[in-house]
Amino acid sequence: MFKKFKITCDEATAICDKAQYGEASLYEKLQLNWHIVICKICALYSKQNRKMSQIFKMKANDCKNETKCLSNMDKEALKEQLSNFN
Amino acid sequence: MNQTNNTNTLSPNKWVDNYADYLFNYAVTRVNDSNIAKDLVQETFFAGLKSAKNFQGKSTERTWLVSIIKRKIIDHYRKINSKKGKAEIRMNFYDSGDNEGNWIEERVPQSWNNEAEKSIENRELKSQIDLCIDNLPEKYAMVFRMKTIQEFETEEICKELDITPSNLWVIIHRARTQLRKCMEENWFNK
Repeated sequence: MFKKFKITCDEATAICDKAQYGEASLYEKLQLNWHIVICKICALYSKQNRKMSQIFKMKANDCKNETKCLSNMDKEALKEQLSNFN
Repeated sequence: MNQTNNTNTLSPNKWVDNYADYLFNYAVTRVNDSNIAKDLVQETFFAGLKSAKNFQGKSTERTWLVSIIKRKIIDHYRKINSKKGKAEIRMNFYDSGDNEGNWIEERVPQSWNNEAEKSIENRELKSQIDLCIDNLPEKYAMVFRMKTIQEFETEEICKELDITPSNLWVIIHRARTQLRKCMEENWFNK
């Protein structure tokens, strides 16, 4: 049973990444936390991962209110092409 | 053409004015490249014209065009997904064989210098993040951006790109491992 509970660093960091989006299951989080107790490297990854998430969040907030449009020139070109279609 | 009150009709000559911006924005939030997005909008309109006779009027014109651009986005994703090889090689952060799943020594995360000082919100930091994301293999960048920057739901991304959730998490994991490394080298420990 405990054997199943043990995970590799690859698996641990994968769960850690998933947890950044709040989508890791309780079982996965337990596995991760146990791994972090015994693995200093993944503990560091985990800490830095939270920092990365903060930075990504900042980027996400930038994008939130941004609506991108086509330029009028692009639109005219598009109209031209469509009218030539028939 | 049969026209009844509850049947929608198509007016292609108004498509550009009515839907070009909407479709462009739809595409650009997914592919993150305005030239590709522009092409996708154009292809969508052409495909719409070609299959206009199949339009049954059950949905609105816009919903119908969106369903076309969704196909185009899946096609685009499949195209970049099949471009494997060169970028995949440097993706390995973990050993295989006896040491399977353990960190490869030179890939082990390092402590970051001046973490607090370096994490202040500024333009330089943001452009470095963009550079690192652009360095990812295209499909990783696309899935990562949709999930992390555009904040789409997992389910929605899976549906739109026709991938499984475990597929998505593998891609997110690889993208984030590589982004962490890239930021370590080019920002935190520069």
